[in-house]
This record gives sequence, structure tokens and C-alpha cells, in this order.
Amino acid sequence: MIHARRFILSATCALALLAALPVTAQEFITVASTTSTENSGLFGHILPIFRAETGIEVRVISQGTGQALETGRRGDADVVFVHARAQEEKFVANGYGVQRFDVMYNDFVIVGPDTDPAGLRAAADAKAAMAAIASAEASFASRGDDSGTYTAEKALWAAAGVEPAGAWYLSTGSGMGATLNTATQVPAYALTDRGTWLSFENRGDLDIVFEGDPVLFNPYGIILVNPQKHAHIKAEQSQAFIDWIISDAGQAAIASFEVGGKQLFFPRAN
Amino acid sequence: MDGPFATAFSLIASGDAALMQIIGLSLRVTLSAVLLACLIGLPLGAALALARFPGRGAVIVMFNALMGLPPVVAGLVVYLALSRSGPLGSLALLFTPTAMIIAQTLLILPIVVSLTRSVVEDLWAEYREQLLSLGAGRLRAVPTLLWDGRVSLLTGVLAGFGRASAEVGAVLIVGGNIAGHTRTMTTAITLETNRGNLGLAVALGIILLTLTLTLNAAAWGAGEWAKRRLG
Repeated sequence: MIHARRFILSATCALALLAALPVTAQEFITVASTTSTENSGLFGHILPIFRAETGIEVRVISQGTGQALETGRRGDADVVFVHARAQEEKFVANGYGVQRFDVMYNDFVIVGPDTDPAGLRAAADAKAAMAAIASAEASFASRGDDSGTYTAEKALWAAAGVEPAGAWYLSTGSGMGATLNTATQVPAYALTDRGTWLSFENRGDLDIVFEGDPVLFNPYGIILVNPQKHAHIKAEQSQAFIDWIISDAGQAAIASFEVGGKQLFFPRAN
Repeated sequence: MDGPFATAFSLIASGDAALMQIIGLSLRVTLSAVLLACLIGLPLGAALALARFPGRGAVIVMFNALMGLPPVVAGLVVYLALSRSGPLGSLALLFTPTAMIIAQTLLILPIVVSLTRSVVEDLWAEYREQLLSLGAGRLRAVPTLLWDGRVSLLTGVLAGFGRASAEVGAVLIVGGNIAGHTRTMTTAITLETNRGNLGLAVALGIILLTLTLTLNAAAWGAGEWAKRRLG
């Protein structure tokens, strides 16, 4: 009995030690970004380069654009790196961000079943493509969150003069990957950024059925969260990251990121 | 053959540093949460079993109901509390392993409290006369009762461990799934699923289950050994 108690006591102590493992202190900043940049593997490619040059660790939280901006508004990230221009400008205008910088772009594509029941491959432009999906009532998987992709999708429906509703319109309320997993299974059309699509592995019978319209252009911006709103923001290191990503070195790092031999993001900083 | 089992095996065999780090963090977070929940929950549950006060029934029902607390809600509550704009923002704990431990402790605590209360209540009903005749008051009876109920209590602790190691909703919200910092087995599985990398996701699931199985086997083995050796 005594021995058993001692055993339990030492086991408890061992657990307590495990719980108290020291956390290594180091210089880091937190960046709230989107699923498209994290899931594609872009950060895994460029962040080690930045860290080797500056010694600053960048911790990335990948969320939808709306959620990432909210994280910035609450002061829980030092930098936001997202893709919904209008929301970004509002973020700065409301004083939550210091200044927005162009970083890079990719584009949106419409993926759908290879059989293309709504005939998107023949569509003249993105507007016609969206209208074709609606009039054929072909299944369409939508993000249905407040992501940059969903913002772009809503603009496309509005341009096509369609109010998407009905059994064919599936609002998944989830991230890009989860929405694509749904589209694969239904199968359904979906709007996705090219980066996520190219690095996505569960494509099933889906393929790109529409691309190339200039309205599908998808620019990414980076913003320092305003230190005047949140005093704890690591402005110096965060600005160093922003300066680096729009510098020649950062832009070259972005351009050199490839998946399956294809470049996913294109430099755009002035 | 490169099914998920083969992938899982080669991942383990390769000793991949990132994977080892993820496994280590998962164990650290979950075991810490279990330990904390026990430190708070065992005495609290025992006290709830023995004490008589107005509203006791309501407290018991509340703890029973909280066993069904959705992880995502626990995560959200901790997130709002620890956010820089929240009441505990100055602690700078959001998106750290500590935040994940807090959220999981919140999830497991009701299981430990409710089970302890139920076990201790039964034992007290059985041994009440004996303990009182030995001169032990209610308070002094607590360690004895907990010790007598250890086998049942261990099951409760394992249930808590299972809930913590399996959940993704809370740790994703308060940890942020940051690579190399707050990525656990379950958030990594979610990430790989979202990347359409279903094979790797299943492989990670197999590794997590194997880990859980091993820990449960060890706990069971220790219980059996203790029973045989110590009666």
C-alpha cells in the first residue's frame, strides 16, 4: 500500500515535470493569414528563408480572411496577410491597421466535374460561367464563410445577376479544403484560388473548367496591426517582416515557390 | 503497397522530427490537462459527494451536463478570455500550448468531478459507519475513500484522457495550429484533410490511436499489477 502510494506520487511528479517543460524564449511575431497561403505550403517555403536572414520566427495562424482580420482587430496577431481588398482597406481606414502593401497575386479558377454538365468550358467570361451554373442548376459548393474567396464568389454572382439559392447551391460554411472535399464527393462546381487547387490532392473527377477572366484576379495584401490600438504589437520585428516580403529578396522567395513544377503566387510589390 | 498503414509505419520509422515534435506536444498538452483536472477534480468531486448544502443537486446536475460541453464552445470561451481584447489578454497566453492546456482542462474537469462524486458517494454509503467509528470525520475520510475507489476513478481519468486527446475543436481555436508551436496530432489531421491529403490524414490518425492504445494498455497493466502485488 505504501509502495503503491509512493509509485502514484512519483508518477504524479513525473507528469508535473512534463507539464512544466520550459518553453524556449525567442523572438517571434504572429501573422494571421489565410488557408490558401498556409495550405499550399507557401509559408513553409518562404519563412525559413526569412528566419535565416533575420533570426525572427514567424508564427502563422491560417484562417479565412474575415476571421484573420478579426484576429488582427482583437490584437491577437501582429500582422495580417490576406486577400480581400475592400475589407483590407476598411481595416486600415478604421484605424486597426497601419498601411496596406501589395504582396503578390494568384487567380481564382472554377473547378467542376470533368463532364461539365453546365458547359462552363464554353463560357465567354466569368459572368457567363456563373450564370450557366445557375440556369443548369448544377451543384455548386460555396465556402459560405467570410473568406476572401467567398467575397469574390458573391461579387461574381452579383455580376451575373444571380441570387444563388436552391438545392443545387451548397453552402458548406467551411474552409477551402473542406469545401473542395465536398465538391469532389457531390460532385459540384466550386470557386477556388489556384494555389489551393494545385496543391490539393483529393481532386476526384474534378478539373479546372473555367479560368483566365481578369475579374478572377486575386491580390494579397499585408498590413501591420496598429500599435496605437494595441501597445503589445511587436511593431519593429513585424515591420521587418513586411519590409522583407515586399523587398526583392522576399519577392524572389515567393516567385520560387512551386508545386508540381508550377509557380503558385506571382510577386506584385511596387 | 502504400496504404495508410504503410504510410503510418514509414512515418514512425523515419523518426521525422516535425512528427515527433507534434506527438510530443499532443502528449504534453493532454497529460498536463489530465493532471490539472485530477488535481482540481478529485477533491472537488469528493467534496461534492460528502458535503450537504443548498443547491447541491443543481451543482451535480450542472457538472453532469458539462460532460457534454462541446469542445468548440470550451475553446471559444477560453479564446475570448485570453484574447488581447479579453479580460486576461495581458497574460499573452492565446496561441500558446498553455492556452490549449487550459481549454482541455475545462473539457475534462466535469468528467473527473462527476465520476469522483459518484464513486465516493457510493463508497461513503457503504463504509460510513466504519469510518465514523474509527474516528474519521468526513474530511479525513476523503483520502481513504479516493484510495478505495482508485480502480473506478482510473477509468474516469482515462475517459478524460480520451476526450482530450481526441478533440480538435478547442485546441484549434486557442492554439491556432501554428506549425512547430501549437500543432497537435488532431489539428495536423484536420490540416491534412483540408489539403486533400487523405492518406496522410488517416496515417496520422492511426499513429494517434496507437498512442492512445499504448497509454491505455499501460494504465490497465499498472492497475492489474497493483491489484496483484498490493491486494
